[in-house]
Amino acid sequence: MKIVVCIKQVPDTTEVRLDPKTGTLIREGVPSIINPDDKSGLEAALRLKDEIGAKVTVITMGPPQAEKALKEALAMGADEAILLSDRAFAGADTWATSSTLAAAIRKLDYDLIIAGRQAIDGDTAQVGPQIAEHLNLPQVSYVEDLERDGDSLILKRVFEDGYHKVKVKMPCLITTLSEMNKPRYMSVSGVLDAYREKEVIKWTLDDIEVNKEHIGLKGSPTKVKKSFTKGAKAAGKKFEVTPQEGAKIIVEKLKEKYII
Amino acid sequence: MIRNIVRGGESMDFRLSKEHQMLQELYKNFAENEVKPLAAEVDEEEKFPVETVKKLARYGFMGIPFPKEYGGQGGDNLAYAMAVEELSKVCATTGVIVSAHTSLCAAPIYEFGTEEQKQKYLIPLAKGEKLGAFGLTEPNAGTDASAQQTRAVLEGDHYVLNGSKIFITNAGYADVYIIMAMTDKSKGVKGISAFIVERDFEGFSVGKKEAKMGIRGSATCELIFENCKVPKENLLGKVGQGFKIAMKTLDGGRIGIAAQALGIAQGAIDETVKYVKERKQFGRPIAKFQNTQFTLADMQTKTDASRLLVYRAARAKDNNERYSSFAAMAKLFASETAMEVTTKAVQLHGGYGYTREYPVERMMRDAKITEIYEGTSEVQKMVIAGTLLK
Repeated sequence: MKIVVCIKQVPDTTEVRLDPKTGTLIREGVPSIINPDDKSGLEAALRLKDEIGAKVTVITMGPPQAEKALKEALAMGADEAILLSDRAFAGADTWATSSTLAAAIRKLDYDLIIAGRQAIDGDTAQVGPQIAEHLNLPQVSYVEDLERDGDSLILKRVFEDGYHKVKVKMPCLITTLSEMNKPRYMSVSGVLDAYREKEVIKWTLDDIEVNKEHIGLKGSPTKVKKSFTKGAKAAGKKFEVTPQEGAKIIVEKLKEKYII
Repeated sequence: MIRNIVRGGESMDFRLSKEHQMLQELYKNFAENEVKPLAAEVDEEEKFPVETVKKLARYGFMGIPFPKEYGGQGGDNLAYAMAVEELSKVCATTGVIVSAHTSLCAAPIYEFGTEEQKQKYLIPLAKGEKLGAFGLTEPNAGTDASAQQTRAVLEGDHYVLNGSKIFITNAGYADVYIIMAMTDKSKGVKGISAFIVERDFEGFSVGKKEAKMGIRGSATCELIFENCKVPKENLLGKVGQGFKIAMKTLDGGRIGIAAQALGIAQGAIDETVKYVKERKQFGRPIAKFQNTQFTLADMQTKTDASRLLVYRAARAKDNNERYSSFAAMAKLFASETAMEVTTKAVQLHGGYGYTREYPVERMMRDAKITEIYEGTSEVQKMVIAGTLLK
């Protein structure tokens, strides 16, 4: 079985600050990690590898320093890592990103493509599904559990109030939730092998076949008009009262706002 | 704070290689998530963390500096020392389990064992399938390790061991023990030999468990040998080489204990930095007071100096240089620093620091042993002066 896992390197915080002038993320001083949903996707792939044997290829599009996220994936047990890095890819929105990733994945052999549901720095949940569209593959998003059944997968697709059990024939693409598993740590030998024996394969624009109108900032239909950090709410009102009186006040206030 | 130190080799590059940086990230994540949550309980209940040891094995912590063909991870001594450091930051008990296993049991088999011994013992030890221990100290042979009373007599195809050992780390839980015993008393230190003893060997039993001040989760027990039969092929090295093997083993072990002390000190600083920012007195966080700032500055400076000494010793061993004196300096300085830093950490925590609500009192109790075991501070000074004056 051949599995391609798409990962993204993201800043290690959910409270990313924005530069008010440019509207872009301030990445300085924030450590980078593998996006949690993607890491669980990688773990799911590695479990399939442990159970039934699989070749796991991780791929990311990003700046040169994204190599570290790929090294970490190798240190966890991935077999191969590909970094798509080129100035021409920079500034991409989800459309341009998925066009680029899909072009790279076309060069690979795969039965299953796994992408995390969404990245903690962008929260769009669009790249995975778009890759499936580019590649004309069936897709199942929001997967929390998977098992292999011959040439198909049986998947648990989660909603807020329930789940679907879906059977899908491979090749296909799934997007995974970080709740689905607890990713393994890197291992000591995994780290050593990642640096001594395994190379991160680097592809630039020249290495993939893609419509240049669909990549990078120029190929991005999304235009960010303005980004801003939500201002703090006004200070609340403080009551120094007994618990009984406090309860009364809460009920009154909730009634006032027609909440109860 | 210096975090990235010493690439070693020919240059004086004080940065960690990318590979060591990523290992450090792995060690930190593992320690923070798997070891730290249990540290207070391990101490309070004197509980040997069996489950943690299994997890450590799974991720490769039990055989870091040994080649892959012997079940190890193919890492170096710096990578190993950094692992003990990170584990000890949050739990000194876990740090010493790994250190005693790696440095005192697996390492001498790797350095002095026959190919058969490596196949039989080193591979499962390095994989973490088996746990190791080391027995040199006796009731009357502490710093004067040459005064061994445990005897080994060759009878046909096996040796018969009689005697006892005390203060043995990992005792009871370990499967494999490196045991020193006198094979020819007339030859003094040259009459001591080393043996590989399995827990199940007839005549071998584990005695009283010590109640200790610190590292309370670590099992420290007496070992008893009553006509214990050890196959002849379990002699480690040559007859009469035991004392030399023990001293060389302890040279390496000191890097592990120095790393443990370093971890304890850094762990206490990390806790203290958090505390002084939160604790308010006289209307402001105590971090705003110069006494706090100057004390912390001294603590971190000495801890960084320890780190440089520890990493230098590890690097020297990796480069096959003479490192005995370096290891002694690292252990001497790091252990005394750990004691000083943890004492100051408790002081900066005030009354709360004396309670078990905060981890610094445990760290202070844990620190003390690093000045004592695997050679007291005084022994380290003998080693250092011995190198200077020879």
